[in-house]
Amino acid sequence: MHFEARVGHIGGNLSSLELMLTLHHRVMELDDQFILSKGHAAGALYVTLWSMGRLTEEQLATFHSDHTKLGGHPVPYGIPDIPFAIGSLGHGLGLAAGLALGRRLRGQPGRVFCLLSDGEWNEGSTWEALTFIAHRNLREVVLLVDLNGLQGFGPTAEVVNLGSLARKLREFGLEVREVDGHEPDAIEQSLRAPLGDRPLAVVARTVKGHGVSFMENKMEWHYLPMTAEQYRMAVEEASRL
Amino acid sequence: MRAILAKTLVAQAQNSDFVFLTGDLGFMALEPLRDVAKERFINAGIAEQNMVSVAAGLAHAGLRPWVYSIAPFIYARAFEQIRNDVCLHNLPVFLVGNGGGYAYGVMGPTHHAIEDYGTLLGLPNLTVYVPAFAADVPPAISRLMTAARPAYLRLGRDEKPENFTVPPYAPWRKLLSGEGATILLVGPLAGGILAAAQPLPKSQRPNLWVLSELPVMATEIPATFIADLEQSGHLIVVEEHVAQGSAGAALAHALLCAQKPPRRFTHRFACGYPSGYAGSQLYHRQECGLDPSSILKLLSIAP
Repeated sequence: MHFEARVGHIGGNLSSLELMLTLHHRVMELDDQFILSKGHAAGALYVTLWSMGRLTEEQLATFHSDHTKLGGHPVPYGIPDIPFAIGSLGHGLGLAAGLALGRRLRGQPGRVFCLLSDGEWNEGSTWEALTFIAHRNLREVVLLVDLNGLQGFGPTAEVVNLGSLARKLREFGLEVREVDGHEPDAIEQSLRAPLGDRPLAVVARTVKGHGVSFMENKMEWHYLPMTAEQYRMAVEEASRL
Repeated sequence: MRAILAKTLVAQAQNSDFVFLTGDLGFMALEPLRDVAKERFINAGIAEQNMVSVAAGLAHAGLRPWVYSIAPFIYARAFEQIRNDVCLHNLPVFLVGNGGGYAYGVMGPTHHAIEDYGTLLGLPNLTVYVPAFAADVPPAISRLMTAARPAYLRLGRDEKPENFTVPPYAPWRKLLSGEGATILLVGPLAGGILAAAQPLPKSQRPNLWVLSELPVMATEIPATFIADLEQSGHLIVVEEHVAQGSAGAALAHALLCAQKPPRRFTHRFACGYPSGYAGSQLYHRQECGLDPSSILKLLSIAP
């Protein structure tokens, strides 16, 4: 899909793919909602929705082309499974908090899962949302953090070092579970294990460009489209997984 | 106007879709609303970006959230959240900015809102409501709730002259008739200018109009306003907002497009801080020629 559309962002899509697939196929129930705060992983979301039968093959083929509802970041044009257009980082967690609070006030069931990148913890608004969720004990929100360690122009540890995000989230009052973000069983277990009395954050250690050796942990795959040869190699490797 | 806002919303607080968020402001004004709305009154803390995103989420969940703060802390601090989370999705989030224009006076420029509606009107789906008098607040609230779209309500201090009966609320209203220039006013400064113009002899007395909803829609300009313009030949627009993105600029554009330009056009707008000193709202208005006596001087100019 990314090859055919000649677009980048493949690295951050591959780091999130198992998280999104596992969440949608094994964890989410009818009343639940999903917010992709790291909007640049839109491709992985579209593929996940396609795998659920929520998007058609024909829709998927329009990715990144003219007259599409599947833009490079989720667009606000009425796909029911995508409540908000999100591209700018630091918006998703506040939106998820609002959706969850709305459910609470209206007495409606269901949870709101929000997938964040590690880079977007640079954004102050993400921390605003975190303190809001913790203060109100909004257990209807579940955070998933794709901790791939690379952001726009360098490793997260070198750009704005987060230290241990898991420890920080605990300090802010969340229940934190750490998992390998490429192990579906571990992801499922972390999300389905009984909740404590605090909102849950699953911090998933991931590899940017996961599954394709020449992409793994390489910052350029935040941006670059694939050549035909790279695409062939990537498909070959991924099919062996 | 805060008191009447609170009073009006108290009456709405039992609606199943009511919810009110404040950015930790409203002391000595919003307590009655807090007491009635209970868990639907949310102090979101001093975190306006998150407050607007939360409001968008609430609106998506079927509620109609109000979001309150001092004006610049809403439209400037949380601009991207208003743009992406609220306006792109045409959600019924009602932003309330207290202290339009120079209303916060000597509290200083950080608290002023002199580019608020120009900034916001570039966004899709949003309507701006600028009550001129406290009596306008309840009907403006009624209209924005009926519209159920993104809204920004710009509040100020009521400056209604004593013994003046405010005509029923409408986006365009005529407050005074005469044979002088045609003046269009935006916001509470209308009160002082109205008081100054009332005693003038009919030959000098302006046709005084007040505009309370933006953007200026060419199709909604009343025919009687156009008739006043044609008769007087001189249009004066006065607003506590910078020229960029102003009602005056939008009206001039609309009149030009309609091939109905006035023979003479004068625009009085917020000019920032020319002296570099802080002062009261009146002080800043005087610096910009927005005060009643400055406007009266314009009336002696022949068209």
